[in-house]
Amino acid sequence: MNKTGDLYSINGPVVKAKKMTGFMMHEMVLVGNVKLTGEIISLEGDDATIQVYEETTGLKPGEPVAGTGNLLSVTLGPGLIGSTFDGIQRPLNVLKAQSGDFLERGVIADALDMKKSWDVQMSKIKDGDQVVGGQIIATVKETSSVIHKIMIPPNISGIARNVKSSGKYTIDTTLMTVKSGDGDHDIKLYQRWPVRIPRPYMERLAPKEPLVTGVRVIDTLFPISKGGTAAIPGGFGTGKTVVQHQLAKWADADVIIYIGCGERGNEMTEVLEEFPQLIDPRNGKPLMERTILIANTSNMPVSAREASIYTGITMAEYFRDMGYNVALMADSTSRWAEALREISGRLEEMPAEEGFPPYLASRIGDFYERAGRAKVMGDDQRIGSVSVIGAVSPPGGDFSEPVTTGTKRFIRCFWELDRQLANARHYPSINWLDSYSEYTVELKEWISKNVDENFYKMRDRFMQILTEDDNLQQIIKLVGEDVLPDNQKLIVRIANIIKVGYLQQDAFSDVDSNCPFNKQDEMLKIILNYYDRADKLVSKGVAISEVLDNDIVNAIMRMKENIPNDKIESFKELNEKIDAFFDQLDKKYQVTVEA
Amino acid sequence: MPAKEYVGLSQINGPLIFVEKPSDVGYNEVVEITIGDQKRLGQVVQISDQMAMIQVFEGTNGLTIDNTRVKFLGKPLMIKVSDEMLGRVFNGIGQPIDNGPEILMGDSRDINGSPINPVSRMYPRNFIQTGISAIDALMTLIRGQKLPIFSGNGLPHNRIAVQITKQAKLKGEEAGNFAIVFAAMGIKHDEANFVRESLEQSGAIKNTIMFLNLADDPAIERIATPRVALTAAEYLAFDKNLHVLVLLTDMTNYCEALRELASARGEVPSRKGYPGYLYSDLASIYERAGMIKERVGSITQIPILSMPNDDITHPIPDLTGYITEGQIVLNRDLNRRGIYPPIGVLQSLSRLMKDGIGKGYTRDDHPHISSQLFASYSRVQEVKALASIIGEEELTDSDKSYLRFGQAFENEFLKQDEDEDRSIEETLDLGWKLLGYLPKIELTRVSEKEINDHYKEIKET
Ligand SMILES: Nc1ncnc2c1ncn2[C@@H]1O[C@H](COP(=O)(O)OP(=O)(O)OP(=O)(O)O)[C@@H](O)[C@H]1O
Ligand SMILES: [Mg+2]
Repeated sequence: MNKTGDLYSINGPVVKAKKMTGFMMHEMVLVGNVKLTGEIISLEGDDATIQVYEETTGLKPGEPVAGTGNLLSVTLGPGLIGSTFDGIQRPLNVLKAQSGDFLERGVIADALDMKKSWDVQMSKIKDGDQVVGGQIIATVKETSSVIHKIMIPPNISGIARNVKSSGKYTIDTTLMTVKSGDGDHDIKLYQRWPVRIPRPYMERLAPKEPLVTGVRVIDTLFPISKGGTAAIPGGFGTGKTVVQHQLAKWADADVIIYIGCGERGNEMTEVLEEFPQLIDPRNGKPLMERTILIANTSNMPVSAREASIYTGITMAEYFRDMGYNVALMADSTSRWAEALREISGRLEEMPAEEGFPPYLASRIGDFYERAGRAKVMGDDQRIGSVSVIGAVSPPGGDFSEPVTTGTKRFIRCFWELDRQLANARHYPSINWLDSYSEYTVELKEWISKNVDENFYKMRDRFMQILTEDDNLQQIIKLVGEDVLPDNQKLIVRIANIIKVGYLQQDAFSDVDSNCPFNKQDEMLKIILNYYDRADKLVSKGVAISEVLDNDIVNAIMRMKENIPNDKIESFKELNEKIDAFFDQLDKKYQVTVEA
Repeated sequence: MPAKEYVGLSQINGPLIFVEKPSDVGYNEVVEITIGDQKRLGQVVQISDQMAMIQVFEGTNGLTIDNTRVKFLGKPLMIKVSDEMLGRVFNGIGQPIDNGPEILMGDSRDINGSPINPVSRMYPRNFIQTGISAIDALMTLIRGQKLPIFSGNGLPHNRIAVQITKQAKLKGEEAGNFAIVFAAMGIKHDEANFVRESLEQSGAIKNTIMFLNLADDPAIERIATPRVALTAAEYLAFDKNLHVLVLLTDMTNYCEALRELASARGEVPSRKGYPGYLYSDLASIYERAGMIKERVGSITQIPILSMPNDDITHPIPDLTGYITEGQIVLNRDLNRRGIYPPIGVLQSLSRLMKDGIGKGYTRDDHPHISSQLFASYSRVQEVKALASIIGEEELTDSDKSYLRFGQAFENEFLKQDEDEDRSIEETLDLGWKLLGYLPKIELTRVSEKEINDHYKEIKET
């Protein structure tokens, strides 16, 4: 029988109750006569403080608080993919069916459909076999893109008994019973896991492979690895959400978890309307078939915003445990931090910087550390990864505020969005001088082997040109471009080609939205070939106006739009055109072509 | 259930009163406060078994510790909604102030509303033509959008808002089923009158509900005003199938009232003294815009706020920008130069335009030409800065063409009359015409085909 206590104080999402001896820290509780879901966030003597995940209007002192005996947990099993949940894993379409277009309070809904039966393919495990935590005992084709692997929960091992054969089952079916030292465990199609506790793995592995995003400025200049972490800070309207949506669409991950944390309702709707129509370039299936959405929009209760991040990352770890590469996007982690601040304020905790609680940085660190590439639990050496990409929304666009600085300590890719670029509609507005990726070194081997052995050389030359251009721009601002010598003018022009023709990438273009690695490679080659040949002439004293042919420059600027992903061979023609143009110039100025 | 009435308060502090040992009182419940023969409304903002903390909407002026009577009404603040509200004027908490009758018939609704379930939303895609070139071409308003005007003291935000309400139309649809909800928070009498008279002149007043909390009305009442207004708007949109345009002005006054209340409650402040939950609080207002699947109506919001000191990084515009779907930023420099509407286009943005313009919505070339105008006008700023240092004469030819383009853009494209209603085609053609000041090679955002179709170079004379 679960315990009950009595409410005695209500202050927004934070309520207090007495007679709470015996409740657990972080226990999930049902608050008041309307049974609002809440979680105990502090216990002191006989009193408990509870954060309530729903609107507390109308709650009265004296109403009951009922325990559930469980920590705040999520349900993990077939049916996750393609669903949209709120911050505490209530499926939003079930809530809609129960209470209509507007969210009501106190609605209880199963996270996963308990009535749906799935085609379960059992593994070779027989009665009497030894099984260990993480071992795969069955598979279910959850969507056309994702095979769901039913695993023994991480903390259970023992002897398998009563093993069912393959068939159609609901998720509540016991597929086998595991006899272990501490008793019998029924293994069903689903398992539950407390959101604030990371799921265990065998061994952490170093990053090796890039998470290919199809966004040129990211893949070429500031790549992220599978299992990596990245932050996208930027003022309002600079493009955080669009970058996150781009990654959710085109990143080469097996499963995408998209958390709308305190952001706009319409942005979730956009994903819901768009993703089922969009095709995953890897397998031709609708993108929604690999996607899970978690929506706690800005007008939904603030404490569920705090929980939504944990709900999401726990699901990510679960699919990692199956051996998948999962990418999780959180938009925006600042709203999560603000939820922490609000709760902390109501608890009257001593604030640190800007009203945030002193434990802000350590909470951020705990969250990002749940990303990573790992050898997962089980008996077959599977490798899985969770990549985490968090948006940061600094107040006033000022990157020195606590959430940005706190995040910077724990992530390894920093994609800084630049207000100036955004205002000039240069998208993605990722600043190429202040952003960085610590993965470039680790990914070099993979990219050299799988894309182009010269890729890094070319990338480094791009960075050099851009850095040099930045210096030259300082001079131009003071005295104008005319005073520069021709070779420096050329650098400025090439940098402009790189900015407009390469870094700029319209997310809403049919052709250029997603740019695969091989196209990036070809584009790098074209631009550098043009530069090298022009530079040779200019350094021989040929006037710069001679080498800046409108037609050629125009063709290079537009190659991203004019050459679609399935016509990569057209780059050869463009290159030939460039060579022909310069061959004729070389001849005219009698520059010898070196071997 | 008989309402519980208490006589006497334990404390009065700014806008707050405290009642000891309340019983059976709920969080956020409304209370009726009586002093002599005067009645006021309040709301429970914190409750424990020892004490109820109540904010008084009309202020605590004249309340006494011993003679104030407090009646707990057992429900949150509600208003009655019905068609009869159209054409009427109410105060900031929804009581009639036009000498007309009380609204007696109709549903009682909680002014706080409930969040729209994200899966019930319909993504807004319908282009509203405002007839203002800068808005239609560059920061297109979409039906169901929340698009605020970031203004400053002395800038013509009210005139722009009124021009939008007069001219707004949807292509190929008759204007019949629309309504306007106007919520004023702490604005001057003159401003409110200007809006009312303009709506009377255009005949829209009979489709308008006004909620007025003016500068000399109680500040705390403002906290309820936008919620009351949006409750009425939701009724019109989602029960009565109307397309509702909601004007909320001035959100800065609203936020200041919220700050006053927060500091009276002794809460830990965040930036500039505003409460840490300002973001969530504003979101609970702005997110009430939108469209819902299988329902006909819509709520389009145009909140207006004045940026203190013209500072766009101030918490009020900043947090608003993080919630709304773009912003229209007014620019003092343009205003000074006599350009109406003085819209600072580079800082302005409409996030929903990408799905509501172009083929099948406005015109095929719209996405590209808007991007091109932005890019070129942004280059104009750089060239201007350079010219102010090295002198116009020293500029390269291409830079000089940018200066000419910039001039023409501000004087012909941005600038228009208060009653000039340009169609989207006129606006886009005008944009192309002005791009003629720039050499073709500079136009990297538009396609070669679009250049062939629309571009005509203007040679210097
Ligand atoms: N890569 C892109 N391609 C084209 N347009 C873009 C791109 N990135 C951003 N934009 C434009 O910028 C607008 C704002 O972007 P976005 O909504 O991602 O900003 P944000 O940083 O998430 O803002 P907020 O913090 O307010 O949520 C988009 O609506 C779109 O018009
Ligand atoms: Mg965003």
